[in-house]
Amino acid sequence: MNFDLTDERQMLQDSLRRFLADRYTTAARNAILEGETGFSPEIWSALADLGVIGALFTEAQGGFGGAGFDIAVVFEELGRAGVVEPFLDTALLGGGLIAALGSEDQQALVGDVIAGTLHLAFAHGEPASRYDLARVETTARGEAGEIVLDGRKAVVVNAEAAGQLIVSARESGGVDEPDGISLFLVPAGTRGLALRGYPLLAGGRAAEVTLDAVRVPVSARLGAAGQAFGAIEARVAAANVALAAEAMGAMETAARLTGDYLMTRKQFGRPIGTFQALAHRFADLLIEMEQARSAVINAAGHLEDAPQSRDRQIAAARNLIGRAGRLGAEEAIQMHGGIAMTQEYELAHIAKRIVMTDHRFGDTDHHLERFIALSAA
Amino acid sequence: MDLSYSPDEIAFRDEVRAFLAEKLPRETAELIRRGGHPGKAEMEAWHAILNEKGWLAPNWPKAFGGAEWNAVQRHIFEEECAAANAPRIVPFGLSMLAPVLMKFGSKAQQDHYLPRILDGTDWWCQGYSEPGAGSDLASLKTRAVRQGDHYIVNGQKTWTTLGQYANWIFCLVRTDPDAKQQEGISFLLIDMDTPGIEVRPIILLDGTPEVNEVWFTDVKVPVENLVGEENKGWTYAKYLLTHERTNIAGVGFSRAGLETVKRMARAEISGGRPLIENPHFAARMATVEADLMAMSTTNLRIISKAAVGQAPGVEASMLKVKGTIIRQEINDLARRAAGPYAMPFASETALGDNDPIGPDYIGPVAAEYFNNRKLSIFGGSNEIQRGIIAKVKLGGGK
Ligand SMILES: Cc1cc2nc3c(=O)[nH]c(=O)nc-3n(C[C@H](O)[C@H](O)[C@H](O)COP(=O)(O)OP(=O)(O)OC[C@H]3O[C@@H](n4cnc5c(N)ncnc54)[C@H](O)[C@@H]3O)c2cc1C
Repeated sequence: MNFDLTDERQMLQDSLRRFLADRYTTAARNAILEGETGFSPEIWSALADLGVIGALFTEAQGGFGGAGFDIAVVFEELGRAGVVEPFLDTALLGGGLIAALGSEDQQALVGDVIAGTLHLAFAHGEPASRYDLARVETTARGEAGEIVLDGRKAVVVNAEAAGQLIVSARESGGVDEPDGISLFLVPAGTRGLALRGYPLLAGGRAAEVTLDAVRVPVSARLGAAGQAFGAIEARVAAANVALAAEAMGAMETAARLTGDYLMTRKQFGRPIGTFQALAHRFADLLIEMEQARSAVINAAGHLEDAPQSRDRQIAAARNLIGRAGRLGAEEAIQMHGGIAMTQEYELAHIAKRIVMTDHRFGDTDHHLERFIALSAA
Repeated sequence: MDLSYSPDEIAFRDEVRAFLAEKLPRETAELIRRGGHPGKAEMEAWHAILNEKGWLAPNWPKAFGGAEWNAVQRHIFEEECAAANAPRIVPFGLSMLAPVLMKFGSKAQQDHYLPRILDGTDWWCQGYSEPGAGSDLASLKTRAVRQGDHYIVNGQKTWTTLGQYANWIFCLVRTDPDAKQQEGISFLLIDMDTPGIEVRPIILLDGTPEVNEVWFTDVKVPVENLVGEENKGWTYAKYLLTHERTNIAGVGFSRAGLETVKRMARAEISGGRPLIENPHFAARMATVEADLMAMSTTNLRIISKAAVGQAPGVEASMLKVKGTIIRQEINDLARRAAGPYAMPFASETALGDNDPIGPDYIGPVAAEYFNNRKLSIFGGSNEIQRGIIAKVKLGGGK
C-alpha cells in the first residue's frame, strides 16, 4: 500500500494549484460567471498548455495520464478553485468517448481537444431519462446512405461552445435497453439541430437540444452500430470519479474558508470558533472531509476494474460524497451566517458547485440504489 | 383535547378559501406557484386587497384596525394563503413595528404611522443588523447624537430586506456610547428620503436582489421620531423579536412546499416508475411529512397558549429551530426531485422569456434551496435559539 502521489502527479497537482491560486481568483471567477459565454477561453488555453487536458488521456490516446488517479488529481484542484470551465464535458466525456470508440480519422479530434482548440458536449440525457443511462428515446435511422437523427436532449452542458456534439441515439431495441444505442458526431450548425442555451446555477452553460431530422453521414457514427453503451458507462464512471473529486476539492475550500472565518469573525467579544456549538460542528466537517478523500481514492483506484467492481466502488463513493457534500455546504454556510448568502463571497459559489454535483450522473439516492443492486449481484 | 376544527372554525376556513378563490390575482398566484418572486407592485396590490377586507393585520387589536384573530384563525389563514400561493405579507411594518408602536409609541406616533401601514402609504424595513453586529446585536455602532430637536445619525446597517422598496426604516442606534451595551441603544424611525441615506443592493447567492446595505451620513432625524424613551431601545427590540418569531414555524409554507414536491414526484419518472414510488425518495418524503404533522400541532399548541397579540416565550425558539429545519428539508427534497433539471439557473432575465426550461412542473427549485438557507440564519440564528432554549431550561431563568 502506498497513498503517495507519483512524482508526475504531484507535479501536476502543484502546478495546477499554483496556477489557479494565481489566476482563478474570486474576482476573476466572478467576472467569468457574469460573462456571456459561461467560461474563459484564456483560462482554457492556459490550462491546456499546462497539460491539464493531456493528463486526462492515456499515452496511446496522445496524453500522458488517463488513469483514475490522474482524473482525481485534476478534478480535486478544479473543485478546490471552483473552476467552471467545461473539463468534464469537453475532455473527459467528449474527448474520452472519441478516444474510446473513434476511427482513426475521428481520433484526430482528440488531438484538438488536448491542444485546447476544440470543445465538445455529450448530448445524452433526455427530458424523461433523469439519471437512467440506458433510457434513450432519440432515434437514428438509415436513409439514402445517411443517418437521420430525431429527438430531444436535456441539460447538455457546454453545447453552445462545442464544435461537435456527441449525440446518443437508438438504432434498435426498446427505450430503456442498453443494446441498440449508438453515438454520432454532429457538428455545430448542422441543419435541424437547435439549441436553447441558458446559464447554470453553479456556473457554466447548458442547452436544451432539439434534433429535427438531422442528417449526418454514416461515418459520423462512433464505433459499431448499437454498441455504444459499454463505452458510455465507462466514460460516465470516469465522470463520476471526476465529480466526486471535484466535490471533495470544493469541500476542502469550504472547510478552509469556514475555519478561517470562525477564528476571525468576532461576536460577543470573541471569535465565534470559540463557541463549542460551532467548534464541534467544524470538527465534524473535517472528519467527513477525510472520509470523502478516502471515498475518492477508492473510486479512482477501481476505475480500471471490471464494470461491476468499478461501478460498485463508484456508487459507494458518490453516495458518501453526496451526503458529506451536502453537510459540508450547508454547515459552512450556516457557520458563516449572512455573509455566506451573498453571491460575491467565494463560499457561495463553492457551496453551489458542491451541491450541484449531486445532479449529474446520479444523485445520492441513485447511487445508493446502484450500490445495493451491484452488491447483490 | 379535540383535534378537529369547530363548526365556527370550519366556517372561517371556508370563508378564507372563498375569499382567496375570488380575490387573489391569478397571475400573482401563478408566478409564486412557479417559484417566482412577486415584485413591489404585486405585494402592494395584495396588501390592498387584504386591507379592504380588514384582514391585513390579523394580529392587531380591532381598536387599531386589525382583525384580532385568535391563534387557530391565524393558523388557518396562513395555511390557506400558502396553499393558494398568495404573496407573503411583508412583515416589517405590520408585525414588527406595529406591535412596538402600540405598546411603546406615543399616541401621535400611533395615530400617524399605524393607518399608513394598513393603507400602504409606508413600506417599512428593519434596520437592526450591522456588519459587526449580527447575532451580537447589542454591539451595534450606528451612532445618533442629539443636536437640538434632531438626532444626527452616522453608520451602516446591512442585510436590510427589501430596503430598496422602503420609504421608512426603523433602526436601532447608539445614543449613549458610555453606558453598558444594552443600555445605550434607542429605537428611531427614519424617513428613507432624508439626505445622507444611501441604499446599496446585495445580491444573494441565488441571484436575487433581496437585501441591502443602508448607509447613513449625517442624517438629520427629528426627535419626535424616537420611540419611547432614549436608551430604552433594547427593551423594545427584544419585544419586537418575540413578535418576529410568532409565524416563524412557517407551517403553511412547509405544507405548500411538500405539496409541490409531491406534484413533482408524481410526474417525474425514475427507473421507469413515478419518483413518488421510489422507496428512497418516498422514505425521505414520508419522514418530513411525519415531522410536519407533529410540527403543525406543536405550532398550534404553543401559539394558542399565548393570548391574542402576545408572543410565546422560549417555545417560540423551538418553533423557529424545528420549523426552519423542516422547511429546508422540503427545499432539499424539491431539488432532488428535479433531477438534472435542478441545474439550470432559470431566471426570467437569463432566459428573456417565461417558458420553463424543463417540464413545467419544475421551477427554480435549486435557487430556492440555496435562498432558504437564510431561514436558519436570520431572525436569531438557530444556534442563538438553541442557546436561549438551553439557558432557560437549564435554570438560567425565564
Ligand atoms: C437573507 C437575510 C435577510 C436578512 N434581513 C434582515 C433585515 O431585514 N434586517 C436586519 O436587521 N437584519 C437582517 N438579516 C440579518 C440577520 O438577522 C443576521 O444575519 C443574523 O442575525 C446573524 O448575524 P450574522 O449574519 O452577522 O452572523 P454571525 O452573528 O456572525 O454568526 C455566524 C455564525 O456564528 C453563530 N454564532 C454566533 N454567536 C454564537 C454563539 N454565541 N453561540 C453559538 N453560535 C453562535 C451563528 O449562529 C452563525 O452560525 C438578514 C439576514 C439574511 C441572511
